[in-house]
Amino acid sequence: MSPSGSVATQLVALTAGALLVTSVLLVWRRDLSAQVRLLMLQGVALAALATTIGLSGGPGTSRAELLLVAVLVLALRGWLLPWVLGRRLRAGIEAGDAAREDGPRLNPTAGLVLVALLTTVAYLVSRPISEGVAEHAGAPTPAGTAGPAAFAVPVGIAMVLIGFLLLVGRRRAMSQLVGFLVLDNGIATVAFLTAAGVPFAVELGISSDVLLVVLILAVLSRRIHAQIGSTTLDSMTELRD
Amino acid sequence: MGLLLLLPPVAALLAGLAAAAPRPAVPSPSGPRPGARPLAALSAATTRLSGVLVSAILLGTGVALLVHRGAVPTLGGDLLRADALSALMLTVVGAVGLTATWAGLEPRTSPAASAHGPGATRSERRYAALVCVFLGAMAIAVTTDNLGVLWVAVEATTIATAFLVGHRGGARSLEAAWKYVVLGSVGIAIALLGTVLLYAASRSAGEPTLSWTRLVSGELPLDPALVKVAAGLAVLGFATKAGLAPMHSWLPDAHSQAPAPVSGLMSGVLLAVAFYAILRVRAIAAVVIGPGLVRGLLLTAGLGSLAVAGALILRQRDHKRMLAYSSIEHMGVLAVGAAVGGPVALAAVLLHLIGHGLAKASLFVVAGRMLASEGTTTIAEVRGLLSRRADLAVPLVVGMAALLGFPPFALFFSEVAIVLAGWRAGLGWAMALVVVLLLVVVAGLVRATAAMTLGPADQAHAVHDERTTTTITSAPDGSASVAVATLAPPPAPPQAHGADRGPMLPLVLALGTTAVIGFFAMPVGDVLARAAAVLGLS
Repeated sequence: MSPSGSVATQLVALTAGALLVTSVLLVWRRDLSAQVRLLMLQGVALAALATTIGLSGGPGTSRAELLLVAVLVLALRGWLLPWVLGRRLRAGIEAGDAAREDGPRLNPTAGLVLVALLTTVAYLVSRPISEGVAEHAGAPTPAGTAGPAAFAVPVGIAMVLIGFLLLVGRRRAMSQLVGFLVLDNGIATVAFLTAAGVPFAVELGISSDVLLVVLILAVLSRRIHAQIGSTTLDSMTELRD
Repeated sequence: MGLLLLLPPVAALLAGLAAAAPRPAVPSPSGPRPGARPLAALSAATTRLSGVLVSAILLGTGVALLVHRGAVPTLGGDLLRADALSALMLTVVGAVGLTATWAGLEPRTSPAASAHGPGATRSERRYAALVCVFLGAMAIAVTTDNLGVLWVAVEATTIATAFLVGHRGGARSLEAAWKYVVLGSVGIAIALLGTVLLYAASRSAGEPTLSWTRLVSGELPLDPALVKVAAGLAVLGFATKAGLAPMHSWLPDAHSQAPAPVSGLMSGVLLAVAFYAILRVRAIAAVVIGPGLVRGLLLTAGLGSLAVAGALILRQRDHKRMLAYSSIEHMGVLAVGAAVGGPVALAAVLLHLIGHGLAKASLFVVAGRMLASEGTTTIAEVRGLLSRRADLAVPLVVGMAALLGFPPFALFFSEVAIVLAGWRAGLGWAMALVVVLLLVVVAGLVRATAAMTLGPADQAHAVHDERTTTTITSAPDGSASVAVATLAPPPAPPQAHGADRGPMLPLVLALGTTAVIGFFAMPVGDVLARAAAVLGLS
């Protein structure tokens, strides 16, 4: 049943590529509903990655547990979180908010250049991680261990960095939320690639925390909108020394 | 003994549910049902006292675990485990929580309360329930052995406090809450990345585990390069939550906008627990790669925090923000102490956590009462507090003395011990810098406290009058307006219906404890030494 080593490697490469491409597109697109759709796509890709790693097995992986995690990821990151964001977005537009991120601090071209830079940085800084994981795995069976997955670790790190970029480069509350989720997806990617995911109980805790944070931020952004009439965070500068 | 570990989270959960339970139905218009009123009063009392009750249970459990000798109590594998350090931290969480929640009880004489009848309002119920959840998450964070669960619990506190920070409503509270949740979650996400990489390291070493006792045992062949990255990220992430510079920018906003007891809880408990997480990660790093990396990180963050706090306390105009910056300062001292390492400095760090938590919780509660009594947190608008409101001024002055590390308060001993230990460890230049920056902070805080407490009683009104007069004389029809201005009574302090008073006993107990705790070598010193020994000798 389990895909052979080379197929697993190719599938990991494919899903990792999809994750990176969606992150890059998120920097490029300014239309908020397009961003939510991209986020949904990214969640599905992440679930596919978890499934691939679960099916390819390897020492120390519990296949059933990983498949369960994959279902959880699909439900949360592929459906529920984008749905919450989309709902909040539509409610905001009905209340007179703009549907686009207008006048971001970073124009798309500069953003894409920065993404290229960040990806390069990610490849440089994740060398100790990939090597540490691959080398100590001892590679008793060259295919199917954490080894073939470890090569894609830079993708996860790049997603974390791109998440940061979105957080500091965007001004709308909604876009910041998207940035936070990309950051979080990046961490989940690193977890799957280096350690075949964290234990299920911890994964459950992390997922519920992320869900609650997103719900709280959605409520806060609604209240901010009701209070100051827009969700551009530049107008929030009352608190300073 | 293991089952005792389950008591704090379960009690917090139950108390939270009881506090959140909707009040009994309002008596129907057909005629008041007999017994509905006492029921409503009972439900209101549950809501009001839930935080105090949970804190007391945490404190009791912590003390019981401290007294307990013999095998370390565990429950459910690596899920819950209370070594000497966990027991001490649980006691600190309980004691600080008790100070903040008990002293934070407002006398129920406000007109709003009587208008709503004896039952608790919806916002009061939500507030009480969130405080219980917050305390429960803290209890889990300090009594778990699993680093993943520790992370989940610390992040859960962000969730519980988000609405507490924004509790008052209004643009400023919302701004503070937004910044707090975004920065706190992003920071803690970095810590998650570190935790995940630690797990990856243990998996590559042949035993996938997040158990702290296994990771710190030195039996697993963990990859040093991987642990280096992981520990750096985890320390950075938890340092954001602990309010260390340069990731501190959420802290003054959140602390100044939250209701006073919540500010006390966040400053005394939340920062301490985030710092506790740093101590745990530091111990793992010290075993695998030596103390060098984390020492460098903590020393930089600690000195940076002290510098930021010193600079901003000196020119601070807002009383609550000043207290918030003082928290950053004390986290800086803690970081420097942890960077020094060794049994003496680590025991001093733990004593510092206790002293700071109790003193800061008391001061925030006093700040809340001052806000209710004076209607402002601006330092320049509060004058002559000692002669007008001695019940506010005395705890303020005593608390400040404790916070500044005057003898006989605990912070005096801990700061001296940290500086001396640092000197011996060859960090003389850093310790000299610490002493200078501490003096700057002392100067700033003493000046502000003296300005608020000293002076004649009626000076406050004089300040108000002077201002109105000067603004109005600049108007064209000066003379008439001046006459009106001088005759007009000073603006009445808003919403001073009882919220400016409250129980004094918790403040006396908390400040009294910080005053005497440094002198008890036998139980206290022994407990601190055992807790520090958990973290190893490096």
